[in-house]
Amino acid sequence: MTSAVPVSLHSISKSFAGIPVLRNIDFDVRSGEVHALLGENGAGKSTLIKIIAGVHAPDSGTIRLGETTYTAVSPKEARRGGVATVYQELLLFPELTVAENVFLGNAPPNKAGMLDWTAMRRGARQLLDSLDSPDLDVDAKVGTLSVANRQRVEIAKALSQDAKVLIMDEPTAALADADIRRLIAVVKRLRDRGVGIIYVSHKLPEIFELADRVTVLRDGALIGTRPIGEVTEQTLVSMMVGREIDHLFPRGEPNIGEVLLRVDHLGFGARVRDISFELHKGEILGLAGLVGSGRTELALTIFGITPATSGTITLDGQPVTISSPKQARNLGIAYVPEDRGLQGLVRPMTIAQNNSMASLHNVARGIFINVATELKRGADSITKLGIRARGPDQVVGQLSGGNQQKVVLGKWLETAPRILIMDEPTRGIDVGAKAEIHALMSRLAGDGMAILMISSELPEILGMSDRVLVMHGGRLMATIDRADATPETVGAAMTQASAHEVAA
Amino acid sequence: MSVEAAPSLRPQRGALTRFVSAYGQEVVIACAIVLLFAVVSAINPRFLAPNNLNTIVSGNAYIAVAAIGMAMVIITGHIDVSVGALIGVLATISGTIAVSGAPVWLAWVVPIFVGMGVNAIVGALIAYGRIPSIVVTLGMLSILRGGLVSVTGGAWINNLPPEFLLAQQRLLGVPVPVWFMIILTIGAFLWMRYTAFGRSLYAIGGNAEAARAAGIPIERRIVQVFMIHGAFAGLATILFATQLKIIQSTVPPNLELTIITAAVIGGVSILGGTGTVIGSTLAAILFSAIGSALIFINVSAYWLRAVIGALILVTVLADMLRRNREMQGAGR
Repeated sequence: MTSAVPVSLHSISKSFAGIPVLRNIDFDVRSGEVHALLGENGAGKSTLIKIIAGVHAPDSGTIRLGETTYTAVSPKEARRGGVATVYQELLLFPELTVAENVFLGNAPPNKAGMLDWTAMRRGARQLLDSLDSPDLDVDAKVGTLSVANRQRVEIAKALSQDAKVLIMDEPTAALADADIRRLIAVVKRLRDRGVGIIYVSHKLPEIFELADRVTVLRDGALIGTRPIGEVTEQTLVSMMVGREIDHLFPRGEPNIGEVLLRVDHLGFGARVRDISFELHKGEILGLAGLVGSGRTELALTIFGITPATSGTITLDGQPVTISSPKQARNLGIAYVPEDRGLQGLVRPMTIAQNNSMASLHNVARGIFINVATELKRGADSITKLGIRARGPDQVVGQLSGGNQQKVVLGKWLETAPRILIMDEPTRGIDVGAKAEIHALMSRLAGDGMAILMISSELPEILGMSDRVLVMHGGRLMATIDRADATPETVGAAMTQASAHEVAA
Repeated sequence: MSVEAAPSLRPQRGALTRFVSAYGQEVVIACAIVLLFAVVSAINPRFLAPNNLNTIVSGNAYIAVAAIGMAMVIITGHIDVSVGALIGVLATISGTIAVSGAPVWLAWVVPIFVGMGVNAIVGALIAYGRIPSIVVTLGMLSILRGGLVSVTGGAWINNLPPEFLLAQQRLLGVPVPVWFMIILTIGAFLWMRYTAFGRSLYAIGGNAEAARAAGIPIERRIVQVFMIHGAFAGLATILFATQLKIIQSTVPPNLELTIITAAVIGGVSILGGTGTVIGSTLAAILFSAIGSALIFINVSAYWLRAVIGALILVTVLADMLRRNREMQGAGR
């Protein structure tokens, strides 16, 4: 049963609605290796893994699982062939327990043909222990668990089906740093046990830490499969985007002006406690911290979504009250949210309509909206931000992640803000779009805009920020100047290890 | 590969294609009406008799008018199942005023304001009380229906003064209800499409959190849209109550369902955020035309509800398929 190459694809092609998505792709994964799959959004990674998992059928080419060759596999055949997938959006039942979720669909029956609860709980326990998660309660309802723990349940579920190949689709996208470390340890452990792992991620450091081989797709074509030792970050990025990016984080010499925003002893319940800082014109102020440290909550408080319960906000030396997003907007504050789907975009609307949503006065004549002006401004934003779309009347739900993010950004730039709060500005978007957004941020700061940038990615924080604020447990732990900001100093403050030393 | 690569592969779309893709449902229903008239009049030419056309369009204009308000509510992401009961109550109020000897315009205007008042309460409970609209309006449905029977004891209002019967009058040869329907539909369509207010309703229905973050006062808008809906219910009441010389003090059965169905079949997504009031008006006309057609081709009128039910399922299914297809382009 133990085949050295449990999955291999030969010359796979696939089109959707006449548009080729994959062209002649060869791909395989060996037992006991981590094979990273890289590419920009829209490169065809998701389609490829869905073909392996049996969700999509290829138009041509063959799929070999173990010793059997198929022209297309069903989800059931994929599972029987030892393929298990952990999707980005976890497919668990929140009202069921950990053990029930792990064994859903392949529960061990007892002699009477009923569910064997004892065996289920014992089996789940063993699987989780083998994933280095002895702290996870098998009787807990999955809905009460953190994202990281749910992911472990999903992995345990995959293992319970005796997976020979585990597909992981951006497993670390929603995890905090400590959880990422743990996940990486788990992946290594699985690899050492002989499982072949297909690992999709945008994060290059992870790939260099984990992968044995890496395959890059671009626009549906196979650019290359290389042993990890033969590539560098630069080569991977240029393989992905098809052009050299010499500076991933192009922060030029900043031009920092006077204090624009001052926050004193700001608080919101227990989640934002006693925060004081200043934000200058032309400054990019990085806000670092683990997920749950209160970064987003601080942004929401400044923006008036969850108005402050204590402390003061001063703008241009004038004390201001911000109790609604509308007030914040009128004061020249813009907030580009962490979750584009939730707080950023109205998906059924067009680019032009989303673009004008926070600034209807720009396109209104009396009470009426001037649709021609609106379309023109939408088209201007498309040009200015390099949004790849058919035109301003395209519905935003059809755009890729990076382009959706640019639409949200464009919407807020239309309000001509003086302070721009960006929460995870480049999460889940491809490298090319990422670099474009970074360049744009530098340009906006150069024009005198004050930017507060929340990010979970340390390289982004270090590369873009003029100063770094670090939060932990709702409090500000440290303010670090650009010169002193290193992975060590910021990381230490994030984990609270020696916050006071760093601050001093 | 996503839409990014599409421009080079997809031919430039013409104005007609764009129009059809933006107003697909409206175009489909308009075609369905034309087709229905063509087929049924071929079978039975009397279908096109002026009297019958008058019944189809004028007699059911009140449903189209009520469906305008309903469409706005559904576009905002909410629903109102109490509108039929509200129209029943407002009709009784209107008739009572009319026979009391008060000026007839009072009998026309009061229902509009009462409708707004009742729905202000409904809207406030939804927006500020944070109770789902289906729950609030189900409660209101029972209150209105029960209250109406208790107060009137089911008695009918007779001897309405002739000048009260607005729906029987004509202007430039066209029945007044048809004028109401056309003007209100076009006005509401333009209002929804070209004002910041209308835009904010689409935004709230499409993504309430994003609308809030963009500075739209969501709670206030919800109360406002329900009040507007109440005003349309009042206008619909005028057309409904002034058709005959009597008013039955009961709630017309299934009226709220007919109104909601008109909005949904007209292309207003039940999930909120899309659709137009032109579609809902066309759908209301389509219903009454189907109802009439069944009689003219000798099919039991009881089939009407079954036909409309089938239309709902087909429409919602088509909506879901379209959404899925649109989402296919992204996220790959």
